[in-house]
Amino acid sequence: MERNRNNEKLDKTILRTSTNYLLPLLILFSIFLLIRGHYLPGGGFIGGLIASIAFVLHSFAYSPMQTLRMFSIKPFFLIPTGLLVSFLSGLLPVVLGRSFMTGVWFAESVVVIGAFGSALLFDLGVYMVVVGVVLTILFTISENT
Amino acid sequence: MLLPIIITFLLAFVMLLFKPQKMARFFKFISVIPLLLFLYLLSYLPAVHYGAKSVFFKNEWIPSLGISLDFKIDGLSMLFSLMITGIGTLIYLYAAEYLKKDENIHRFYCYLTLFMGAMLGVVLSDNLITLFVFWELTSISSYFLIGYNTNEEDSRKSALWALSLTGLGGFLMLASFSLIGMVSGTYSINELLTQPGILVNNEYYYIIISLLFAGAFTKSAQFPFHFWLPGAMKAPTPVSAYLHSATMVKAGIYLLARFSPILSGDEVWNYTLMIVGGVTMVIGALLSVFHKDMKGLLAYTTISALGIIVFLLGIGTETAYYAACTFILVHALYKATLFLVTGIVDHETHTRDLSVLRGLGKVMPLVAIAAFIAALSSAGIPLTFGFLSKELFYGVTTGNIWTRESVFILTGIILLTNVFLTSAGFLAGIRPFFGKLPQEFKKIHKPNIFLWLPPVVLSFLTLLFGVLPAIVDQTVINAATSAVFGKSTDIYLSLWHGVNVVLLLSIITIVLGTVLYFTIKPSNKNEGRLKGLDDFSPQTLISNIAVGIRLFAFKYTRFFHNGYLRIYILIIILFFTGIVGYKLFADVPLRVNTEGLSEFRIYEFIVFVITMIAIYIITNTTSRLTSIAALGVVGYSICLIFVFYGAPDLAMTQFAIDTLTVVLFVLVLFKLPPFLKFSNGKIQFRDGIISVSFGILISLITLQALVSPADKSVSKFYADNAYVMAKGKNVVNVILVDYRGFDTMIETIVLSIAAIGVYSILKYKTQDGEKSE
Repeated sequence: MERNRNNEKLDKTILRTSTNYLLPLLILFSIFLLIRGHYLPGGGFIGGLIASIAFVLHSFAYSPMQTLRMFSIKPFFLIPTGLLVSFLSGLLPVVLGRSFMTGVWFAESVVVIGAFGSALLFDLGVYMVVVGVVLTILFTISENT
Repeated sequence: MLLPIIITFLLAFVMLLFKPQKMARFFKFISVIPLLLFLYLLSYLPAVHYGAKSVFFKNEWIPSLGISLDFKIDGLSMLFSLMITGIGTLIYLYAAEYLKKDENIHRFYCYLTLFMGAMLGVVLSDNLITLFVFWELTSISSYFLIGYNTNEEDSRKSALWALSLTGLGGFLMLASFSLIGMVSGTYSINELLTQPGILVNNEYYYIIISLLFAGAFTKSAQFPFHFWLPGAMKAPTPVSAYLHSATMVKAGIYLLARFSPILSGDEVWNYTLMIVGGVTMVIGALLSVFHKDMKGLLAYTTISALGIIVFLLGIGTETAYYAACTFILVHALYKATLFLVTGIVDHETHTRDLSVLRGLGKVMPLVAIAAFIAALSSAGIPLTFGFLSKELFYGVTTGNIWTRESVFILTGIILLTNVFLTSAGFLAGIRPFFGKLPQEFKKIHKPNIFLWLPPVVLSFLTLLFGVLPAIVDQTVINAATSAVFGKSTDIYLSLWHGVNVVLLLSIITIVLGTVLYFTIKPSNKNEGRLKGLDDFSPQTLISNIAVGIRLFAFKYTRFFHNGYLRIYILIIILFFTGIVGYKLFADVPLRVNTEGLSEFRIYEFIVFVITMIAIYIITNTTSRLTSIAALGVVGYSICLIFVFYGAPDLAMTQFAIDTLTVVLFVLVLFKLPPFLKFSNGKIQFRDGIISVSFGILISLITLQALVSPADKSVSKFYADNAYVMAKGKNVVNVILVDYRGFDTMIETIVLSIAAIGVYSILKYKTQDGEKSE
């Protein structure tokens, strides 16, 4: 038993070490994809998926419990937060007297992002929902099977 | 007007912040909300006074669809909204005391306030669609109110009955509204009033009115949909008092009255209302006196009273409308009193059994007086408000527009109804308070002021309006009648018409009603007799239909959802192949153009080989994990194809999704045992044929799609405008977040629901497992 556990630890050393570097890189990459979505391939959905993959990788290298511990709030709460962000980004033009979900632009031709406006906020909401949904589903299943 | 209604809805949710029990004393102060609304509405009274005039509040909502949040106060709206807020104020006061010890009282006030807001919306909306929205809100909030005692099965069941019936009616009503909108081109009631003929002479007229009737009759508990109302008596008494005197059931009446000037051009309209209303009022009255539960009795008298109003609206003369408008107020006042009194009796003695309750007048004299006045008003004794309305009924049925026979028939049934209602009123309002006080009730404590004040106020109004009818009649009732009649009217209530047939009929009613009161003794035997009728009641019929539908749905679902995933997939693919294949071969000239295809490149060939190997492994492996991994390989190969053909977005998404799917599968399958049984050759052969034919079909469709000319106007529009209008160069993303952002938002909601579904199913299972262990 004891040997087994040691073995497992040894098996995972490489994976764990690389994960420690990969996790922040993947998350940075996902954010990169999120913000450049308006001009180049990317966007909230794909960004969210990449971010979840990063966490899934971590949970493989360690354990789902340890991954969950990195979150100060449960990933589940990312879902309502993301929905709220999306909704508020749609509501923003209403406050400014235009109809719901009209694009509002704060700055144009920013590096990488392109035009920065309510669309990015909306995408941020999608990003959060996707991360929340994927992690909730995966962690719930891994906890319960 | 929009602002007060929105504030009401918002305040409803503020109620949830109050702490029950600890802050129980403060709940009675919530009655300030309906009181302020009442005063606010009252301030518009001079404006709508003497009919024909109305106050209009314009608020745009979705102008492109003709939907607005316009509100209009005319006489009819005024009558209803004053009842809703006025009686509401008393109910709010009363309920704070009645439910003092309830631990969910904050929720109760939330539901009640939502309901009141919705009711106000119904009677004040000028737009049909908005009216429908508020209408449905009353159904939903009343569902919570009726089913308030959530741990009683009966209560939940009756709430569901009420919701399904009124919901069904609402649905049909929406269909009627859409037809009206289609025919007349407007959803505004105000505009419809200016062109009354357009609907009556239309070919859809009968469909429109029958659908509208379905909505009104279910809501107002008309025969044969009356049975949800007695069931709804499972609600706490303040709810019954509110829903069944002034609000919920009167919404159907409101609808009919509102549409009378627009739709009542045809005899069918009048006869349907007269027949349905007539049957309802007679049945309700006949059944009421045999109940020994005070609330049950009152429920049936309510059904009967609603029948009377529908009947009067059906007659459709100026006096009939006048009688209807008067009776709406008369009934609201005395019925609310009787319900509130019932609540007090129930609260203090813990029973509503009329065969036991006697002599309570000695313990609670003020309550007894209030009940007494209400009973007199329901019987139509002079000097009460009820007398005036009863005079009007007989004035209508003996009017000179009828033939001799119809005078007899109409007067006969309304006399019969009134006789029974009189004695039912006496049974509920007089019997419990007179006679000898049983020993067991001697020590009950006296009701608190907040319990007895509301019924006393209501019965005081009953007397006041009875003696000085001018107070209400020249202000509200006259204006309401004008709104229903469509022209201004100059009828006024008067106390004394002289000795004539009408007075004689009133006296006969009272005498016969009193005789009946002394003949009928509430007992179990009478109730038992009613039970026998249940087998033939519409409720039994409808619940049998409901059981049948459920059984069919169960069998149908079991047939297709037999629990084997592979069968589901098989059915889906077979169905798809069958339908699409048939369409493809029957209707489309198959043409494959090989010239337009690009050259076959070496790395495409490599991908093809990899895919084939992976597929071979999937079909032949004995390990779950291997097949999952091989499936992943197929997915990645498809990603590569996307990359080759210039769809990086798709490739990235496919790549991420594939990774996650494999992970998900592994998580689930990791703990399953290795395959135990393998399908035999026959099944493999069957599956092989199905999948190959599906594959062939898809390939054919793809090749076919290349040949047929594509309509590129949509994609050209997006490509041209993505940067101009949405400042984005990635067209796909611009479509997702901007052009079709609303879809994306709804899709994220769907995703969230899926996550919540997985979460709750799995968590629920764990808890179940824990229990069984």
